[in-house]
Amino acid sequence: MESIFWAIQLVMVPVMSPLGVGIIRKIKAKLQNRRGASVFQPYKDLWKLLHKDEVLSSDASWIFKVAPYIIFAVTIVVGLSVPLFASFLQNTFTGDMLMVVYALAIGTFFLALAGIDTGGAFGGFGSSREMTVSALAEGGLIFALLTVAFRSGTTNLFAISNAAILNTGYSFLPVILSFFGFFIVLLAETARFPFDNPATHLELTMIHEAMILEYSGKRLALIEWASANKLFIFAALGANLFFPFGIAHDAQLGSIAFGVAFFFIKLSVIYIAIAILESSIAKYRFFRLPDLLLVSFVLNVVAVAFLI
Amino acid sequence: MLDAILSPVGFISLVLFFGVGAIGALMFRKNDEFANVWSSFFAVAGSLWGVLFALLALNAAYPMLLSFGVNTFPLFSVSLTVDKLSAFFIFVISAIALFCSIYGYGYVKHYYGKYSIGTLGFFYNLFIIGMLLVVTASNAIFFLIAWEIMSVASYFLVVYDRNEQENVKAGFLYLVMTHVGTAFIIAAFLLLFKYTGSFDFEAVKSGALLIPASVKDVIFVLSLIGFGTKAGIIPFHIWLPGAHPAAPSHVSGLMSGVMIKTGIYMMIRIFLDLLQPVPTWWGPVVMIVGSVSALLGVLYALTEHDIKRLLAYHSIENIGIILLGLGSALTFSSLNLPSLALLGLVAALFHTLNHATFKSLLFLSAGSVINGTHTRNMEEYGGLIKYMPYTALFFLVGSMAISALPPFNGFFSEWLTFQALFQGMKSLDLFTKWTFIGSAGALAFTGGLALACFVKAFGATFLARPRSAEARHAKESSLSLKFGMGALAAMALLFGIFSGYVTSILNRIGLDFGFTSSFVSSTPEQSLAAGGFSIVSGPAFFILLAAVVLAVVFAVKFLVNRNQKVRVGATWDCGVDLTPRMEITSTGFARSIILIFKGILKPSIQREIEYRDADSRYLPISRKITLKVNDMYRTYFYAPLSGLVSFVSERAKYIQSGNINAYILYILVALLASLYLVK
Repeated sequence: MESIFWAIQLVMVPVMSPLGVGIIRKIKAKLQNRRGASVFQPYKDLWKLLHKDEVLSSDASWIFKVAPYIIFAVTIVVGLSVPLFASFLQNTFTGDMLMVVYALAIGTFFLALAGIDTGGAFGGFGSSREMTVSALAEGGLIFALLTVAFRSGTTNLFAISNAAILNTGYSFLPVILSFFGFFIVLLAETARFPFDNPATHLELTMIHEAMILEYSGKRLALIEWASANKLFIFAALGANLFFPFGIAHDAQLGSIAFGVAFFFIKLSVIYIAIAILESSIAKYRFFRLPDLLLVSFVLNVVAVAFLI
Repeated sequence: MLDAILSPVGFISLVLFFGVGAIGALMFRKNDEFANVWSSFFAVAGSLWGVLFALLALNAAYPMLLSFGVNTFPLFSVSLTVDKLSAFFIFVISAIALFCSIYGYGYVKHYYGKYSIGTLGFFYNLFIIGMLLVVTASNAIFFLIAWEIMSVASYFLVVYDRNEQENVKAGFLYLVMTHVGTAFIIAAFLLLFKYTGSFDFEAVKSGALLIPASVKDVIFVLSLIGFGTKAGIIPFHIWLPGAHPAAPSHVSGLMSGVMIKTGIYMMIRIFLDLLQPVPTWWGPVVMIVGSVSALLGVLYALTEHDIKRLLAYHSIENIGIILLGLGSALTFSSLNLPSLALLGLVAALFHTLNHATFKSLLFLSAGSVINGTHTRNMEEYGGLIKYMPYTALFFLVGSMAISALPPFNGFFSEWLTFQALFQGMKSLDLFTKWTFIGSAGALAFTGGLALACFVKAFGATFLARPRSAEARHAKESSLSLKFGMGALAAMALLFGIFSGYVTSILNRIGLDFGFTSSFVSSTPEQSLAAGGFSIVSGPAFFILLAAVVLAVVFAVKFLVNRNQKVRVGATWDCGVDLTPRMEITSTGFARSIILIFKGILKPSIQREIEYRDADSRYLPISRKITLKVNDMYRTYFYAPLSGLVSFVSERAKYIQSGNINAYILYILVALLASLYLVK
C-alpha cells in the first residue's frame, strides 16, 4: 500500500509542476488585463520542445550535454525527499534538510557550469549572477529550515511536517518570521521577482535565462521542467513545513484525499502570492539583492533565537 | 604476522622506508631518472606500509609505546606513542603520501636536467618522516625536533623551483612565520614543564591539575597561535597562499592536505587530551577563530586568479571548518557533555580526512593543468576539458567534494559539523549559544561561497574556449599522474558513500579520550545518524540519484526521441565573431561577490589610459585597468609589528657601543642578575 503512495509522491512533482507555472502565468496575464494562455500551456511547451530538433554549440563539452539530465534528476530525487501530501511516509535516507539544500545545490552547480560551457558572452555572467545570489541565499535557507527543525526536534522534513502540527500554538511568531525569510529565499532560488524576471531575455537583467540561452530541444525541455519542479518543491516546503495543516497523517483513503486537496489549496495560495507580487513590484537592481537576502537571514536567525 | 607490523619494529621500518628513500635519492642524485625511481618507490612502499600500520593501530586495544635513549637527557631520547588519534593521522599522512608519490613520479619528470631530482627526493621523504614523527612524538623535546624536520624539509621543497624570485620570497616568509609559530609552541611547552616538571606528554597529562587556571589560559593562547600558524588560521595565514603554490604540485598536495593538519592534531592533543578539564571559554574562542578563517578564507579564494593560490585559500577555509568542529567539541567537553563532544570531535576528524583527500586531489589536478599549460594564471586557461578530459573529470570530483555536494565526502563531514553546531545552539549560556548560531551562519555562507568559487575555478579553467596559445596546445598528463588523481577521486566518493562506516571508526578515537558514549552512530544500512535529531544516508542518495539519472536518460532517449536531428552550430554571437575575449574570466566571475563584500575585502581599482594626443584625449592608444585586493593583514598588522620591532632594535643599538669593557660589564650584570633570580 505504502509503495503506491510513494509512486504518487514520485510522479506528483514532475506531473504537477508545469501546472503551477501555468497558473502563475495566467494570474499575471489577468492582472495585466490580458487573456493569457491556458494554464496547460507549459505542458504543451514541454511536449513540443521534447520533439524538436536540437542545436548544440560547437564549443560545448560533455558538461553541457549531461547537465540537463543531472539537473532534472536532482529535482526528482529531492521531490522524493520532501513531504508533499502525506507526512506518514517516512524517508529517513534522503529526507534530511541539509541533504535537500545541498542536493538542490548540485542542480545550481551544473546549471552554472553549463552556462559557462558554451563560451557565449551571456552564459558566463548569468552563471556569475546566479552563483552570487544562491551563495547569499544559502544562509537564509538553512536557518529557515532550522527554525522548523528546532520546533519539532528533528531535521527530517517528513518528521517536521508530522510533528509540527502537534505544537503549533506556542511558536506562532518564529514560524511566521522564518516563513517570510523562507519566502524571500524561495523567490531567489526559483528566479522570481524581485531577483530575476522569468519572462525576459534582456541581457541587462536576466540571470536564469542567460544561463540556458544556448539550450534547445529536449535538453531545454528538461531544464524548463526542472525549474518548474524546483518551484513546486520550494512551494511544497513552504506549505508543509511552516503550515502543516491538513497533511495526511495516516494511510486512510479519506485523509489522503483530504491531504492532497489541502496540499493543492496551499500551493495555490503560494502561487497566487508569487503572481501578485510579480505584478505589483519591479525587479530590484542587482546590488540591492544582497540586502534582501540579508533580511531573510536575519529574520531566520531571530526566529531561531526565539525557539532556543 | 600482523602483530609484527604493529610493533616498535614495524614503526621503525616505516620510518626506515622513507629514510632509505631519502638517503638513496641523495646518493644517486647524479642520475635523475634513477633517483626519481628510487625515491618514489620507497615513498610508495613506505606509504603502503603506513596505511597498513595505521589500520592495525586503529583496531588495536592498547596504544603502542616506543622509547629509547637517556631519560635524564631528553635531547637524545626518542619516545613515541601510537594511540588511535596518532594512528588516524598516520593513516591520513600515508594514504595521501601514497597517491602524491605515485603522481610525483610522473610529475617531476619536467624538472629533469633543470634541478636536482635527488635533492627533491631527499627532502620529500624527509618531509614525510617529519610528519609521521610529529603525530607520534610523546615528548615535547622530541616533538620539537620532529616539528623542525618537517618545517625545514618543507621549506626546501617550497624553494625547490628557485629560479623564480617569487618562490624564494614565499619560502623565506614561510620560514620566518613557521619559526615565529615554533617560538610560541616552545613557550607553551616550557610553561607546561615549569608546572608539571616533565616534557613527557603522559606525565604532563597526569600533572595537568597542578597547573594554575591562569597559566592554563596562557598555554591555550600560546598554543592556539603557535599551532594555528602552522594550520593557517587568519591572521597568521600570510605565509600559506605564497608557500603552497610555490612548491611542486605533489608537495603542495601534501602540504595543504596533510601538513597543516599537524597543527590541528596538536590542538586536539593538547586541548582535548593533555589539559583536560578545560574552561568554558576556550571552545567559543576556537569557534570564533574557525568562523573567521572559514568565511575570510573563501572570500579571499574568490578574489584569486592564480589556481594554486585559490586552492591555498580554500585550505584556510577548511581549517576553519575543522576548527568549528573542534571548538564545539571543546565547548561540550567543558560543559561536561561527552557524547556531544564526541560528535564535534568526529566532525573535525572526518573533515580532516576529507579535506586531505579532496584538497590533495585538487592540487594534483591543478598541477596537471600547470604541467600542460605552463602557467598558474587561470585567465590563460579555458576549454581544457577538451584537451585534458581526465584531469577535468578529477578536478570536477574535487570541486564537488569541497563544495559539500552529496554524495561526495565533503558533504558528510560538513553535515556532521552542522549537527554539532545545531546541538550547541540549545546550550544554556547566552554567549555560547550565540557563538554557535554565528558559527552555523558562517558555515552556511561558507558553503554557498565555496560553491560559487568552484564554479568559477572549474568554469574558467576547463570550460568555454582556450584563452591562450598554451591552453590550445595542452596535452593530457601521463598515466602515473592520472592514476594518482583517479585514486584520490575514488576515495572522495567512497568516503562519502561509506561515511557511516568511516565515522564509526572515528568514534573509537574519541572513546579513547574518555568520552563514554557517542552521539554519532551509523545504522546497519550505512546511514549516518546524529542522535535522534538527524539522519542521512550516503548509499541511498547515491543509488537514488544514479538510478534517476539513468531512468531520465533512458526515458528521453527511447520514449520521447523520435528521429530528431542534433545539429552542431556556433554559439550565438549577436552577429560578431565570438572570440575567447568575450567569455567570462575568473576575475569577472567573482567581481559581483567581491563588490558585495567590499567592506571586508577592500578591493581597489586603478585605471591608466594613454592617449594618442594628450590634449584632445579622444583616441586612446592603450588602457590598463588594475584590480587589486589589498592585503589588510600586511598593512594593518604585520607592517606596524615589523615597524615596532625595527624601532626597538634601533633603540637597543645604543647599548652596543663596540667597547669591549662595556660588554664585559653587561655580562657581569647579567650573571649577577641571573644568580639572584635563581637563588
